[in-house]
Amino acid sequence: MTQRGRGFQRQLLGYLGAALFLLALWQYAAWSLKTPMLPTPQAALRATARLLFEAKLGRHLWVSTYRVVLSTLLSLVFGLPLGLIMGYERQIDRFLAPLVYITYPIPKIVFLPLILLFFGLGDGSKIFLITLIVFFQILVTTRDAVRKVPAETISSLRSLGGNRAQVYQYVLLPASLPDVLTSLRLSMGTAIAVLFFAESFATTEGLGYFIMDAWSRAAPDEMFAGIIMMALLGVSLFIVVDLLETILCRWQHIKGN
Amino acid sequence: MIEVSHCNLAYVQGASQVKVYDDFSLKIEPGESLVLIGPSGCGKSTLLYLLAGLLHPTGGEIKIWEEQVMGPRQKTAFILQEYGLFPWLNVERNVSLGLRVRHVSKRIYQRTVEEMIRKMGLWEVKHHFPSQLSGGQRQRVALARALTLQPDLLLMDEPLSALDALTRERLQKLLLEIWQEQKLTTVLVTHSIEEAVFLGSRILVLADGRPTHVMGEILNPLIGQSGYRQSSEFFRKTSYVRSLLEGRKAE
Repeated sequence: MTQRGRGFQRQLLGYLGAALFLLALWQYAAWSLKTPMLPTPQAALRATARLLFEAKLGRHLWVSTYRVVLSTLLSLVFGLPLGLIMGYERQIDRFLAPLVYITYPIPKIVFLPLILLFFGLGDGSKIFLITLIVFFQILVTTRDAVRKVPAETISSLRSLGGNRAQVYQYVLLPASLPDVLTSLRLSMGTAIAVLFFAESFATTEGLGYFIMDAWSRAAPDEMFAGIIMMALLGVSLFIVVDLLETILCRWQHIKGN
Repeated sequence: MIEVSHCNLAYVQGASQVKVYDDFSLKIEPGESLVLIGPSGCGKSTLLYLLAGLLHPTGGEIKIWEEQVMGPRQKTAFILQEYGLFPWLNVERNVSLGLRVRHVSKRIYQRTVEEMIRKMGLWEVKHHFPSQLSGGQRQRVALARALTLQPDLLLMDEPLSALDALTRERLQKLLLEIWQEQKLTTVLVTHSIEEAVFLGSRILVLADGRPTHVMGEILNPLIGQSGYRQSSEFFRKTSYVRSLLEGRKAE
């Protein structure tokens, strides 16, 4: 228990150290470049504190968080089961895999005009776009993870009397979970990048809009306030997935004797 | 009685068909400890998969206590080569898995599982994951899981092959004790001659090559007698098995 506490403390110190280092780097860049487009960290932080109250920066953060979290959950709800099925059921995979292979590498972002047409200018289109992109990443990772599961592990459960549904429950899901969470963590970066893009037009809410709006008004300190919020959003989501991984995949973190 | 009658099994490799079993028959008496020994790839593991109902013969039939095997049976326990443990479950949950899969209520399985964990000397490590256990402990977890199902047929695929010599001997004794105590019908696959003669009341020596055929059959009624491993009879039997494996006709 104490060991875990100490580990957590060390991790926290690590994060703090990294944040300080980045701030110092930023400060140095701001001083040496001397361009109005790059404000100092103090100016940006001051703007952040001010805008949280005045300009509803908190509201923009909340809208963005809601969009990205809901999209990720939707991607999981559709991608995880489908990935498990495609990994295990060869018949279904033979039919669906070519479909996925052809559509996966197409940049989904190019469909934004169509998506806007069908889902309107509101939350729907943004959530659909992010879901579409993250869904494929989770689907492909899950399918590949299931394929790595040794046949003996499945035989072992079947010999204990496990039926098909139990193979999914007791073998395929827990076996693929570490890979799924890793892909989820990587997807967070993509999801937020897509979020920024999707929010940068045809909306008046969300951090993407806030940043673009500040830019067009030539208010760099406000723009950086938005960037800080977006970074916070990313880091927080990253940490949540990390925590989930530690809790759900404890067996992966325990060293052999 | 367990009866494998006129079984065929083949798989396709490239353009040709490889026959693993061609008109293969075998009978196993209740309470027998049958050991299958032979070179790698002689089809001994495949026979276990057939008996476990995980593979189906393309011809012929397999009957266990008069009943044809159509799929995994409730009363057959199968310990796979790498123990078949689930790395994401701790010892306790690995041992209880068979019962949980069968929807036995927790109230009922809890006691069985605890007793078995104690009996196998795993109490101290019951919250450990398989990666934290030694090879011998892992094997005992697999054994505990199999025995909680109160099987009437125990199948084991090279259960002790990855263990060091001393652990291996200790577990061989444990297996022998369990077999004697419960009169459990057992089929064990091994490539160790010593193990075969120590654990098998009957030993089938399988020949290299396809389809699988039996090179010889040895009855070994003295197993379980104290000091058997050191006796001249034990030595004679191991030499005989070795000569069969090497393809020599024994004197």
